[in-house]
This record gives sequence, structure tokens and C-alpha cells, in this order.
Amino acid sequence: MWRDALLVAGKDLRIELRSRVALWQVLPFALLCLVLFAFALGPGEKALRAAAPGLFWLAVLFATVLATERSFSIESGEGTRDGLRLSGLDPAGIFLGKAAALALQLAVLEIVLWAGIEFLFGVRVHVAWLALVASVLATIGLASAGVLYGALSAGLGVRETLLPLLVLPILAPVLLAASRAWAAALTGAVGAGVGWLRILGPFAVVYAVLGVLLYGPLQEAG
Amino acid sequence: MTAPIREDRVREPAYGRLAPLPPPLVALAPEAMPHAVHLRAAVALAGRFPALSGVDLSVDPGEVVVVVGPNGAGKTSLLRTCAGLLPVTSGEAVVLGCDLRLDRAAVRPRVGLLGHTAPLYAELTAAENVRFAVRAAGLASSRAEPALERLGLVGRLRRTTVERLSAGQRKRVALAALVARSPELWLLDEPHAGLDASARELLAAILCEAAAGGATVLVASHEPEVLRAQATRTVAMTGGRVTGEAPAQPAGLRLAEPTDDPLAVGGGVHVA
Repeated sequence: MWRDALLVAGKDLRIELRSRVALWQVLPFALLCLVLFAFALGPGEKALRAAAPGLFWLAVLFATVLATERSFSIESGEGTRDGLRLSGLDPAGIFLGKAAALALQLAVLEIVLWAGIEFLFGVRVHVAWLALVASVLATIGLASAGVLYGALSAGLGVRETLLPLLVLPILAPVLLAASRAWAAALTGAVGAGVGWLRILGPFAVVYAVLGVLLYGPLQEAG
Repeated sequence: MTAPIREDRVREPAYGRLAPLPPPLVALAPEAMPHAVHLRAAVALAGRFPALSGVDLSVDPGEVVVVVGPNGAGKTSLLRTCAGLLPVTSGEAVVLGCDLRLDRAAVRPRVGLLGHTAPLYAELTAAENVRFAVRAAGLASSRAEPALERLGLVGRLRRTTVERLSAGQRKRVALAALVARSPELWLLDEPHAGLDASARELLAAILCEAAAGGATVLVASHEPEVLRAQATRTVAMTGGRVTGEAPAQPAGLRLAEPTDDPLAVGGGVHVA
């Protein structure tokens, strides 16, 4: 399973590096979301700083939907879908590989996005480990749920419109918990932040396990 | 073994000297597996639609069977069923010893399917696609290079992303992946579409050699005359059923005894 996961992740990342869809489409989209949210909130520095964690994770959430869509569009043709089913790869390995590739792309996007937030809103993280742990758990959760629901909608003609409808409500707890954990990391309220990690951790574990178990049946249904 | 009708060798394709096909992944045991494909009154569903409505077909290891029929006859569905991609809801369906009604996923790594759309990633190069297919099957990636060379995918061509290749070149990449994987059952859907004369000739040699090595070949085609020489049987389908069968044609390519003549393609294939 791990060998298969590495193989699939390597393939997805190689395709991404070559096509640069994340770089030229997903990242600008996320940055644009940030700027537009900032416009909507107005020029008040205090309001922007208070809203920064929420805006950041909302932009990451929207980018997750786009990146997930892209991850499945590379196998949207009947040939590649059948090829993957006939390849001999363990479906659990395919899930883990796709989720790992997506998580890595999201991690890079979060770094760039946070640099943008620091520059635009002038905020600083006071408890770096809290922000880091929250980001890692949230990213695993986003990638796992994204790939799971991506598999659910793969093969359907309405995948592009169905995926956001399916995945955005499911990811709402991640948005809430990650935003609050990051807000705590900004203000130094470690106790409150750790409480939110207790939501992010189980969410990541549950969706990773569900993905490992259900990816095969979902692949068949697609 | 049928004696060659004429001693003329197949002209060597314009893809360079041919390396022998790798051996099949699993040694075939004919006594334990009398038929490579055994379908009896098999019904398979594509969604809710019965794509196969009671197919009877048995294919022995080493056979090259051509499936003909009009559009919508069920040729592609037959291949996809044999590949374990379509669920069999009634009847008997045993492929390479795997009962498709019990576990259709078990047969998948042992078959090679080339459908209408090549199973290739547009952003990967020809070499990367073949290497991925080989490694996904759990094989050494070193099997990719000889296969690429065999299909003439050398030099700049092997480093070109698939999205920039022509339809015929893409088909050659997909065939290279099959050659590298060396499946026990080859399922080819209109394999000649988009191929030039040299590539068709090379495909003929590859299929002959695969069959001579014990693999089974099932080809759905609207151009049965192209494969008449290689085929051991032609099967006709209509309305999701096998409606007729014809034995091999008397003239054309025949497998001959293996030869060590370096000019011979596929270990001794002769053409009438």
C-alpha cells in the first residue's frame, strides 16, 4: 500500500509540476480571495487582523476544492480511470498517494498565502508550534476529505459543480477549528488553541481511515 | 504447429531491431486452466443496461480471437467484462481461473486492456507513462526501456509528453506499456485505428509472439481482414450475444517454429 501511495503521489506531483495548474491557477485564485475578502471588510486594520485567520482558512478551503477538482481531472478520461483500476495498484494506496500529493500542494499554498496575509494585514504568529500543528492536521483533513469526495463525484458528468456542494459543508468543521486555533496562535492563547486541535486531529484521522476503507468501492462505483 | 505456407518473412518494421517479449508474469498451467476465457450465458451490466445478454464463449490459452460485429453489438463490453471492469450478474464467467462473479478485481492485474481511449497521462512523457504502468504492476522499471524501443519510441519521442503526440503515437505508447507488462490476456479494442502500416505490422508480430508465448489475445475490430492472418478464430456478436463463429482463414500469417535467425520477427512469423 505504501509503495503504491508513493508511486501515485510521485505521478500526481510530477504532473502538477509540469502543468503548473496549482501555481498559475489555484494559488492566484486563493490570493484573489484574500484580497477580495479584505476589500469586503473595509480598510480597518483592526478588523482585518481579527479576521485574518478566518480569511486565510476560507481561501485555503476554496483552493482545496479547486486542487481536488484538478487532482481528479487528470484521471477523468475513461482510459486513465480504467487504467488505474487495471493497474494492480491497491485502492488504499491510490487514496493515500492522491491525498499526500494534494496535502503537499496545499501546504505550499498555505505558506505563500500566509506570507501574503502577513504582508497585507500585518499580523504575526506568537505561538508557532500551535499554528504549525493546526495547519498540519487541517491540511491532512482537507486533503483526505477532498480526495474521498473527489472519488465520490469522479466519473459523473456534473463533477465540477457537485464537488463543492458535497465537500464544502463537510469541511466546515475544519474551517472553524483551524481558524480558531490560528487565532489562538496569533494572540498567544495556547489553552484555547489546543482545544480546537481536538477537533482537527480526529477529523483528519477519521477521513484518512474512511478514505483508505472506501476508496476502492467508490472507484468501482465511479 | 501449422507449417508456413511460404517462406517470405514479414518485413521488419521501421522501428529498429526487435527485442523478444518478456516472459508472461505467471506461468500458465493449461491442465489447471483449460480455458483462458470461459463465459456461459454471461450477462454483464453497464450501469443498469445489460451490455452482454447471455454470452457463450470459450477461448484457450494461446488463441488469437477476433470479435466482430456492428456498433453496439457488445464487443467493447465483452472486453471490459473479461477485464473485470463490468459486473457479471448471471451465468458463468471465469477468466484466467478467476471467477468474475465472486471477485472480478483479482483478474485485473493479469490482463492488459487497450480501449478506445489510451490509458495515458497527457502531461507525462511516453517513457514516464510506460514506467508508471510497469511499476504499478509491481514490475521492475527496467522492463520499460526495451518495450519503448520495440515500439519505436526512442530519442526525442520517448521524452515528449503524450499531449503532444499524434493519435497513432499515443497508441504505440499504450502498446509499449502492454508489451512491458506482458499480460496473460490481451484485450484490444480496435487496436489498428490510427496506426500506420509499419505499426500495424509490428502489432501483428507482437500479438503473434504473445500468443506463441502462451498469452491469449482477444481483439474487437471493425477490420477483421487486417487480423485474418493472425486470428485462430473469428467470433461474431450482435445484440450483446455471440451469434456466430468461424475458424481461422486458410491463408496468411502463421506461427512457425522459433528461429534464431536475427532477421525473423517474433521468432518466426511467416506470411502468405
